[in-house]
Amino acid sequence: MAFQQYKFGTAGIGLMLGLSMCITLLSPSTDFTSGISTWVGLDKQLSLGRVIGFSYEDPLVVGAGKPITVILDKDPVSGAAMDPPVRAYVYNPGIKFSPGINHPRMLGAGVEDLTFGIGRVGEANLTSGAVFTVSKGEFNGAEVDYIENLTATRGWAPAKTLEAAGDENQRFVGQGKTIYITEGCWWCHTLLPEQTQDWQFFGAPPFLGDFNGEMPTAFGSDRKAPDLLHVASRNSSREWMTMHFFNPRLVQPNSIMPRFDYLWGKTDADGNKIDYAKWRADYREYLTGNSIYAPEVPEPASNSEVRALIDWVLTSLK
Amino acid sequence: MLLKYLFAKNEDIPAGSATIFFGFSSIFWFVVGTGLGSFNAAKLAFPDWVTGIELFAFGHMRQVHVLAVILGWISMAFGMTMMYMTPALGNTKLWSEKLGLWNVFLWNIGLSVGLLLLWMGITSGREYSDIIWPVDLLIICGVLIPLGINVWMTIAHRKTQGIYITNWFFGACIFMIIIVFIVGNSPELFNLTGLTEAYMTFWFAHNVLGLWITPVAAAIAYYTIPKLTGNPLYSHRIGHLHFWSIIAFYSTPASHHLMSAPLPEWLKSFASVEGVLILIPAVAFVANILLTMKGKWSMFVQNVETKFSITGVLLAIPLNMQGGFQQTRAINWYVHGTGWIVAHAHLALLGMSSFLEAAAVYFGLQQMLRRKLYSLTLANLHYWFFIIGFCVYWISMTIAGLIQGAGKIYEVPYIDVVVAEHPYMIARWVGGTMVFTGNVIWLYNMWMTAREGTLVPKGRYAHEMAYER
Repeated sequence: MAFQQYKFGTAGIGLMLGLSMCITLLSPSTDFTSGISTWVGLDKQLSLGRVIGFSYEDPLVVGAGKPITVILDKDPVSGAAMDPPVRAYVYNPGIKFSPGINHPRMLGAGVEDLTFGIGRVGEANLTSGAVFTVSKGEFNGAEVDYIENLTATRGWAPAKTLEAAGDENQRFVGQGKTIYITEGCWWCHTLLPEQTQDWQFFGAPPFLGDFNGEMPTAFGSDRKAPDLLHVASRNSSREWMTMHFFNPRLVQPNSIMPRFDYLWGKTDADGNKIDYAKWRADYREYLTGNSIYAPEVPEPASNSEVRALIDWVLTSLK
Repeated sequence: MLLKYLFAKNEDIPAGSATIFFGFSSIFWFVVGTGLGSFNAAKLAFPDWVTGIELFAFGHMRQVHVLAVILGWISMAFGMTMMYMTPALGNTKLWSEKLGLWNVFLWNIGLSVGLLLLWMGITSGREYSDIIWPVDLLIICGVLIPLGINVWMTIAHRKTQGIYITNWFFGACIFMIIIVFIVGNSPELFNLTGLTEAYMTFWFAHNVLGLWITPVAAAIAYYTIPKLTGNPLYSHRIGHLHFWSIIAFYSTPASHHLMSAPLPEWLKSFASVEGVLILIPAVAFVANILLTMKGKWSMFVQNVETKFSITGVLLAIPLNMQGGFQQTRAINWYVHGTGWIVAHAHLALLGMSSFLEAAAVYFGLQQMLRRKLYSLTLANLHYWFFIIGFCVYWISMTIAGLIQGAGKIYEVPYIDVVVAEHPYMIARWVGGTMVFTGNVIWLYNMWMTAREGTLVPKGRYAHEMAYER
């Protein structure tokens, strides 16, 4: 048979693609896995839970099976005041732990040792749930942040911790980021200040260890709106956020952001039915100048999706 | 009719059936995709247009537009061209018409399921690989692998000694897209997290473009231009330079999409250099095709398929000049994340690639239906709606991007950038709507071609025949 070009060709394609994948996938993987978790990284993975987006525990992507972040100024067991307040992550029984707890290696050198040493995270139990926090410790002379299992070290049970926090100190961060993903906020907003004068306005860029255990990262690629990585440092008003989500043009007349009024659901905080048609009619009156004031934005119910979204923005995007 | 053939014997299925079903499916998805694009663009220009309904919110529809166009229109048009070009170039029949029909059937099912779920917000939250992993597995097993088997087996059973450059591209690109799909979705399959996930997302996104959309579109032009003009390809050797440099250079620069992320610096620099080197395949391709046109340039005006094809090739020039340089650090810091990139993405997908595929779908459907185009006027109308709409879109988004870039660098409050962009958002909507209108005309024209087009006798080409109506 004549020159069998296809044999050389097919082998060549395989070799070249393989080489390319070695360079662009295999080599950087050593860089990625050498990242040591920062406070931001640990906070993110503990508050977001195992995975955001389609998963076994949340197949409809509504934010089910996520931990609850609480901010406590009193110890739920002893009742002693705590200053500064402690940010804790409550995993109710059955809620899947964040990736770093099941795969310690991804926490990075030092963090892993302290987390499973003095942090006693190894004792955390899925069936009875656990409460975690991020604590500061020392490893080989350097300060590192590590995960502490408060259920083991201080006896904080999940139910008791949630009860001590009360509704106003609970933050539905994991559910909030789920809504950020499903509502497609990241098609216009980014979570990555660029290496330009961008930093002056949108704040510090993230570090290598800020992402360990986060899935998905949802950086966003097409920026039609401001970067949000540190938005809560620029604007921490829950009232402003509420108005802005209901109808962005209430607070920013030139905004092209869609209205997210449907995230309020059927009823407001007092259990009254929200009359969207009336609100829109009143708003039209306001726009045409027949009414001096814009209609009041309904107070979101504590189990509404927008509450979780605002919780995430104000708690995580600092 | 499709359902009837799915369970027929392979020998009983008329040759070209798979091509025809692929062809009409691709045009249908093009209408859907550009319609959604036009709808989304309207929302960016007039944010209160359709408001307060979750399913019609921008965030629920943007990804449906993107994937309907990439996996519906472009990839199905690729499937269509593979169904008729691969056997024609091997002087043989398609290995299995039945597998081809099952392929187009499962493709439509899988894509519809994936897009409906995305529309409802059931997503993996990863750009371009947003489709959830069970549907990804369906796409890999029910769409990509059967397509690959059909093409590889057809090439293996060819009756020619060599393998023409188009078939090299087809065979290799299907292999690479299968690898890219599996590896790119591994963060979902194996729960990889953090920067690995971020990087894999753009490794996937880049390689879908670099190892699938642009090279297969180019491979199509290597068939259509020599076929339509009757000129032999200027140089098969330059074609191979194109082919091998695509595999060497285009599979590596994924991280240039994440220049601002804390990825290793060596990786970004490597990607940037490799990104400039993609000018080698780009120049090889454009030169090769344009030199093939020698002596036949009148066909650019007179023949509608050539018109589409050459427009696509000419658009590859600005595409690659932008693409090669905008990803270097010197330029990327200014344009990254702005409308410039949106314009560039549409130049690649709606400009260069879609024009090349449209030519191949026009040509292939006429060949396989054995019918001449129903109306040349409508085809020309499609062309002009398409090119004018595209140019309006491209130019307005490029300007909008430069405004955004300046706003970013000079720290202009973001809302002022939004105000400055508003006229260009309206222009973008007008341009997108023109493209959509053109595609509706196209679908009607092809439908009427199938029903009423002048019959073409065996051994003749459709464009040699006169209209008889």
